[in-house]
This record gives sequence, C-alpha cells and structure tokens, in this order.
Amino acid sequence: MGRGAWLALTAAIALILCGCTAGSRSEDSAGPVVESSRATETPTATPLGDPDRLLTFAVVTHGTAGDSFWDVVKTGAEDAGAADNIEIDYQADPEPGGQAQLIDAATSSQVDGLIVSMPDPDALQESIARAEAAGIPVVTIDAGEERSAEFGALTHVGQSAASVGEGAGVRLREAGVTKLLCVIHEAGNVSLEERCQGAALGLGANPSGGDVEDVMHTMRVNASNIAVTETTIASELRTDPEIDGVLTLNPAVADAAAAAIEAAGSAAMLATFDLNADVFQSIRNGQILFAVDQQQYLQGYLPVVFLALYARNGNVVGGGQPVPTGPRYITVENVDSVEDLASNGTR
Amino acid sequence: MTAATSARGVPLTPGRSPLVRALSRPELGSVIGAVIIAAFFATQTAEFASSAGIANVLDVTATLGIMAVAVALLMIGGEFDLSAGVLTASTGLVTALLVDQLGVNIWEGIAWSLLFALAVGFLNGILVTRTRLPSFIVTLGTFLALQGINVGVTKHLTDTVQVGGVDEAQGYGAARAVFASTATIGDGQFRVAILWWIGVAVVATLLLIRTKFGNWIFASGGAPTSARSVGVPVGRTKILLFMTTATAAWLVGTISVVRLTSVQANVGLGEEFNYIIAAVIGGCLLTGGAGSAIGASIGALIYGMTQQGIVFAQWDTDWFPLFLGGMLLAAVLINTVVVRRRAEDSPG
Repeated sequence: MGRGAWLALTAAIALILCGCTAGSRSEDSAGPVVESSRATETPTATPLGDPDRLLTFAVVTHGTAGDSFWDVVKTGAEDAGAADNIEIDYQADPEPGGQAQLIDAATSSQVDGLIVSMPDPDALQESIARAEAAGIPVVTIDAGEERSAEFGALTHVGQSAASVGEGAGVRLREAGVTKLLCVIHEAGNVSLEERCQGAALGLGANPSGGDVEDVMHTMRVNASNIAVTETTIASELRTDPEIDGVLTLNPAVADAAAAAIEAAGSAAMLATFDLNADVFQSIRNGQILFAVDQQQYLQGYLPVVFLALYARNGNVVGGGQPVPTGPRYITVENVDSVEDLASNGTR
Repeated sequence: MTAATSARGVPLTPGRSPLVRALSRPELGSVIGAVIIAAFFATQTAEFASSAGIANVLDVTATLGIMAVAVALLMIGGEFDLSAGVLTASTGLVTALLVDQLGVNIWEGIAWSLLFALAVGFLNGILVTRTRLPSFIVTLGTFLALQGINVGVTKHLTDTVQVGGVDEAQGYGAARAVFASTATIGDGQFRVAILWWIGVAVVATLLLIRTKFGNWIFASGGAPTSARSVGVPVGRTKILLFMTTATAAWLVGTISVVRLTSVQANVGLGEEFNYIIAAVIGGCLLTGGAGSAIGASIGALIYGMTQQGIVFAQWDTDWFPLFLGGMLLAAVLINTVVVRRRAEDSPG
C-alpha cells in the first residue's frame, strides 16, 4: 500500500477515534477538572524556550478530503514540520460540530500548538477557549480573521475575504465589467459570501448595500458535480445577457464557468480564486482574465513556523497583527513562473 | 409474484377500466408532476422552452437519468447502492490516471475502468448476498472505501488531488465523439449523453418487461422467499444488478472525464442520493418489488427541469433543495396510496 493510501487510512481511523474521544469526554464530568490541573502544573503560556524540544502541532481545518485548496495547505504544514522537526497532525471536518470535536481531541492529546481555520467562529469558540485554558497556543488561518484576536489567538494567517473580494472587483471593473455573476460553491460558508459582497463593492456598489443587485448577482452551485455546475452557469448567462463578468471562488468551478461561457456564446470575462492546472491553461489562452492566488501553502507553512518560534523562542510575529498570505494575481504575464510549482502540490 | 405483476400494470381482474389501470402504474405520479413542472416553468420564462433551455435541462437529466435507471432496477430488486455516486469519480480517475501516468490509449484506460467498476459491483453484490447484511450498510462501506482510495491514490501518484491531460491521450478524438460530442439544434447544444440515457432507459424497460431476468428482478425484490422457492436465482440476480449500477457509474464517469478532460478526486459525493431521489420520484418503492425504468427517467427529468428552471426563472438557487424535498415527499405519498389501492384491489 502506498504512502497516500496509508495516510488516508490512518486519517480515517484517527478521525473515528478522535470523534469517539471527544464525544465520551464531554459526558465525563471529571474531564475539565483534570484539564485545568494540567494547566496549572505546566504554565505553557510562557514558552519553554528549549530549541531542541520535539513539538507536535495539530492542524484542524474545515476542508474536505480531496479538496485541491486544502490539500496544498496540508502540504504546506507538513513541509514546514519536516523542515523544523515538528510533528504535524492534520485533521479536517467540513461540519463546524465535527471541527469542534477535533479541536477537543487535539486538546486532550496535549499538542504543543493548534492551527485552526474558522469558517464558523461561534461554533468553535468554546473548543478554542478550552485549548487555550489548557495552555495550548492557537493560530487561526484562512477564515475567521475578524474574531481571531478576540478568541485569544496568537495571530491570524490568511487573507481577508472582503478586501480580497473588493480587490478582484476593482480589477474586473477596470477590465470593463458592469454586471458580475458571483458563483458560490459551498452553501453557508460566510467567507465566500464576503468575497462576493467585496467584489460588488469593488465594482462600485454603494456600501450601504442598496444597489448590489444592479452590479452583481450571486448563485449557488454544487461543486461535487462539475458538469451540472457548467450547465447551470450557462443557463444563467443565457437568461441574463447583461452579465459581462463571472467570478468563481474555486478553480474547478472556474473550469466549468469557462466552458459555460463558451457554450452560452457569452462574451463575459472570467476571473477566479485559487489555481489548478486547467486554470493556468485558461489564463494562458485568455479564457480567464486573472486568478486570485491566496498562496494557501503559506497558510499551512507559516503558522507552523510561527508556533515553533513562539514555543522555542517566545516570538510573536507582528505583535499578533493578522498576516496576509495573498492576494497574488496570476495573469497571462506571470502564469509561466507559477505553473510548474502547481504540479508539486504547493500552489 | 402478485406484487410483480401488478407493479407492471397488468390488470389483475379483467374488465378494469383503463383509468383504474393507469392509476396503478408506478410512474403515473411522476408523469403528472413532470407535465405540471414543465408547464409551470414554460409560463415563467421564455428561456425554459427554448432550444437552448431544453438542451441544458436534458444535459443535467441525461447523466442523472442513466444512473437513476440502473439504481431503479436495483431498487426493484430490493437493494440500494450508496457507492454509485463516488464510483462515477473512481472510474473517471482510473481512466485519467492510466492515461496521464502510463500514457496508455484512452480506450484502453476506459476498458480497464470498466473492469474496475465490474469488480466493485461484483464485490458489493457478493457481500450483500453472502452476508445477508442490509445493502445500505455494505455499500456505505464501499462508498467510504472508494472515497478514501480516490483521494489517497490520486494524491500518492500525482502529488495533487486532480488528474488532467485526458485530452492529450491517443484516441481522445474518437472517445470525445462517442461520449461527449454535441449536436447543435436551433441555438441549443444537445449532448450525446442524452442518446446514451435514452438507450439505457429503453434497454432497461425491455429487460424488465420482456425477459425472464426482468421477472426475476421483480420477484427478488417483491417476494424473495417465494421467489427462491420457485427456483429464481435471487443471489445471482442481485449480484448482476449491483454490477449493472457499477456499469452505469462507469458510463457516467467516462462521459464526465472525456467531457471535462480532468477529474478532481473528491467529486461525486452525495450524488448517490440524487439517483435514489430520481428513482423514488419515478415510482420506485423503497421496499423493492415495484418501479420502472421509464419512471426513473422521468424522475431524473423532473430533477433536471426544476434545477435548471429555477435558474432560468431567476429565482434564488438556495431554494432548490426545498423543492426537491417537497417533490420527494409528494412522490412517496402518491406511491403509498397507489400501493394501498393495489392491495385493496387485489383479490388475494
């Protein structure tokens, strides 16, 4: 059995085990007491400062297995861990409840640092507080920047969805787009909504939100069926010929949108968030105007480095200010320099 | 065998009026529903009934329909296959990986992919018939296993979770003509998958109505114990049905990989429920023994019309699952009424 298959298998087993531990722990009234006594014994809030100490960090995200974006985040964390002699335990659950349980499990196993993405901050608040009470430093990544400091995280590594969306909107307006179709592929993911709202502002919508509908229309698609996504976008373009721009938030959906624009005979310009091989191809042949690269490899890599520096040397980068990993705009001018790296699974 | 004969609308007592006979057909509710939905969206938006609109609706319907027909046969035979959705991704991945990693001719990749699908179907069938475990659990197991294999193997071989480059394979042009070509009628581009769907539905209908194997399917799902006692090979029938859904998944996976020229390892998840939904809307009973391939096709058509109709009508697509849920409940209620009436009519 190959390494990938083993990873998948052990991850699956670990997930099951973690789920059980977390579940049984919440029923166990002795749990929190044990935990708080540990917190007083080892005041890990002050770093140990031992440069040779073997560290274990848990990464808990909301990505699904096989998602190209999160796969790169995972690779980033693992590469940083390998470079710095740190054990990385990557876990993910797209459901907020499951994510909270994974954080609880990481807390129980007394990891030295916790890296969490927060698409639904409220749902994770209690679990993150519990981890911090146990003396585990937390870095938030990707989604949840606005609540990160409030939750006591060391820092946030990611990109603000609203401002990046706005940046994309401005670029689209400069290219001549007047009415945008913003395609959302995960229902209920707040940061995707924020990207679309940001794009509407960038296109010149009134911030009070009154005329957002004039410049932007959002639609939901199911990214697990790309063929249907393509057809649905084509239907939308045919129905509303005023749409002259499409913004997708996922590279697989971008491929579908490129095909849909062609099928519908639309002249709409296309831009996307995030990259894959087909997106590079489409940028080169002009079907995609630009891709907003979050450089999510950094969202995996940097938190590991930050937490290691904190644990070993007491450093807090930027005094806890959010660290933006993007955006980097990939256009026809710079696509060649990035493309080779994507096949390594790091872009 | 009573359930079998009545499910196919054969009159149990001579002289029943055509209306009563029609009311006991399993796909009746879905036909009425399809007509109402088509009429409704046609009045809401001109796009819906245009050539392009119909092409889009049928595009969604075709691949769903192929799966729904196969899943309907299996459900008539009294079993479920939850692994069918993820298998559409697995088969596409097998083809894409062979083409991309080993540089084989695409037809060779497609052939190996079919073998893989048949093996998965056979495994599902053997596990269900030998262990007598509910197929819900067994195929949930294969579903999860395939999901893990899809991501794990793809990541291991390519370092990413996406396989592309299918269009650079030898023989791609011919494969595209067979699996993913389009025909332009008016301003609509009709996909060849629609022909595959119609072909699958016709073959499945003939199989159910005209052949001994069709009788075996109804008997295996409707009354397995009596079926066994009159010599129906229930186990073999069910294994063949699982291999049929797997073959359908291979067909859909192949259509998809040839059309999109790449596969992402996590696609297909959750699609298995759409197949079951389409089959149930089309009149399949969850308890087995009743249903039809035509009904499942109409169920898929209802799904496609509603999904695209909401877009054409410029409604918020957030509401689509609500409509789907409403239609599923309505279909199940109508099916229950039909079954009850049939039971009351039946002399035995």
